Amino acid sequence: MSEIIKTEHLTFSYPPDEGKEPVLALGGVSLSIEQGSFVTILGHNGSGKSTLAKHMNAVLLPEGGTVWVDGMDTRDESLLLEIRRRVGMVFQNPDNQIVANVVEEDVAFGPENLGVATEDIRVRVDSALQAVRMGEFQMHAPHHLSGGQKQRIAIAGVIAMEPKCIVLDESTAMLDPLGRREVLDTVSRLNREKGITIVLITHHMDEAALADRVVVMSGGRPVMDGTPREVLVRVEELRAIGLDAPHTVELLHGLRQDGFDVPLDALGIGECAEAIVQALA
Amino acid sequence: MLKDITLGQYFPGTSLAHRLDPRTKLLLTVIYIVALFCAKSFFSYLLIALVLFTGIKVSGVAPKALVRGLKPILFIICFTAVLNLFYTPGETLASFWIFKITKEGIFTAFFMVLRITMLIMGTFLLTYTTSPIALTDGMEALLGPLKRVRVPVHELAMMMSIALRFIPTLIEETDKIMSAQKARGADFESGNLIERAKALVPILVPLFISAFRRADELAVAMECRCYHGGEGRTKLHVLRYKPRDYLVLAAYAAVLAGVLVLARFGL
Repeated sequence: MSEIIKTEHLTFSYPPDEGKEPVLALGGVSLSIEQGSFVTILGHNGSGKSTLAKHMNAVLLPEGGTVWVDGMDTRDESLLLEIRRRVGMVFQNPDNQIVANVVEEDVAFGPENLGVATEDIRVRVDSALQAVRMGEFQMHAPHHLSGGQKQRIAIAGVIAMEPKCIVLDESTAMLDPLGRREVLDTVSRLNREKGITIVLITHHMDEAALADRVVVMSGGRPVMDGTPREVLVRVEELRAIGLDAPHTVELLHGLRQDGFDVPLDALGIGECAEAIVQALA
Repeated sequence: MLKDITLGQYFPGTSLAHRLDPRTKLLLTVIYIVALFCAKSFFSYLLIALVLFTGIKVSGVAPKALVRGLKPILFIICFTAVLNLFYTPGETLASFWIFKITKEGIFTAFFMVLRITMLIMGTFLLTYTTSPIALTDGMEALLGPLKRVRVPVHELAMMMSIALRFIPTLIEETDKIMSAQKARGADFESGNLIERAKALVPILVPLFISAFRRADELAVAMECRCYHGGEGRTKLHVLRYKPRDYLVLAAYAAVLAGVLVLARFGL
C-alpha cells in the first residue's frame, strides 16, 4: 500500500508571546499514514495533535523536516491546491466552516473553486450529500440543522472535492453524543465503502477504538502507535500522559488488579461483558 | 426574541416574478426608478402605477406586506410632503402667519409623496420576490464587466453572501451573550438612553471578539476547500436569460420610453 501522508522529523513552534521562549508544538514527528487506513490521533490538550493535523494539508508549513502528501512536498506552493484537494479538512466548530446559506451551495463550494464544470458539480453535490445521508436536506438553510448534521454537511463539502484523505480536527468535540455518533458512523462508512483515508484527531478514547491504528501524541511527539487493542490497554502509560483508557479497559484493569483472570483488550461493551462472564464461570 | 429579524425579507414563491432571472429583476428595478424620476405629469405617474400594480398582482405578494414596508419611512414621507407644501413658490391659495400654501405646492407635495411611495414599493417588490443569494448572484453577473477596470466584483459578492450567511449565526450568538450577561445581573431594560447604550457594551465586546475568531476560522476553512479568489471559479447555478426575461424587459423599456415621450410633450 502507498502512503498518503508522510512526515519526517517534522518540527514546528508557534510564534512566542512577548518576552517568552517559543513553545515547541511538534518536536520531530516521523509518521506515515497508509492510503485507505483509519487512523486516530489521540492526545491531551497541547500535545501537538491539532498542529500535526494542520500540517497534513499545508495550513501550516513545517519549520524543520518535511511533509509529503501523496508524494508532494507541502512546501511547494505550486502544488498547494492539489494538496488541499487530496486531503480535505473538517474543523471543530461546524458554524465556522459553512460558507453558503443553502446546503447544496455549500457542498458545491469546493468543486466551484476547483473550476469543475457545472453539470459535474451537480453530480458531485448529489452524490456527496447521498454519501453523508443528507440528500433530503439539499435546500435547507444550514443554521436550522443540528450540530451533527452541520458536520456531515462539512464532510460532504470535502467529499465533493473527491479527496483521498479526510482529516477531522476534533470535529466531534462540540457535538452531543448523538451528533458524535452520526459523524463517526459517516466517516467509518466512507472509509469502508469508498476507501477514503480517515485521520481522526480526538481526545475521546472510545472514538479511538473505531480506527485500525491509534497514534498517541504527548509533548509534540508520538509516544504510542499501534492497533487500538495494542495501545488502549496500556492503562498506566496513558494515565501518565493525562489520558484515560476506555471505560471497558478501565473496568477490566481494575478486575485484574483484584485478581480476576480477564483479558484487557475487550474494547467493545458486549465483548467486555462476555469476557467478565467467562472469568466468573 | 431576536430570532425574528430578517433583512431584505423574501417571500418564497413560484410566480412569474419569482422565476425571472435576478439580473432581469435588477435591471427592471433600475428602469422603474429612472422612469419614476423622469415622470412629470399625472399621466406618466398613472402609467408607472399601472406597471407597479401589474407587478404586485403577478408576484402574488400581499399588498399589505408592501404597505407594511412603508411604515419605517412614514416620517420621511410626511416631512417631504410638508416641506414641499409650504415652500414651493407660486399662486397663493391660503396663508396664515408665515405659512402660505400654493397651488404648485399642493401638486409638488402630492407627486413627491407618490414618487417616494412608489419607489419604496417597487424596490420592495424586488427583495420580496428574489432570494438574497439570487440577488447577490445577479449583482455579481451584472457588475461583471467592471472586473476589467479592477473592481473586485467577485470579492464584494462573496463578502455579501457570507454576511448574509452569518446574520442568523450572529443573532443567535447575541441572544446567548445577552442571556449570559443577564444571568450575571446586567440590566438592559431600565435607565435613560445613555445608560441603556452603556449597557450594550458588555454585549458588543464579546460579540466582536467572537466574530473576529469566526472570521479567522472561516478563512482557514475556505482556503482548505481550495478557495483562491474568483479566478477560474465555476458555479453550481449558472444564470441563463429565458424568453420571458426579454419580453418583460422589452415591456419595461416601452414604459420608460412612454414616460420620456410624455415628459417631452410637457405632460
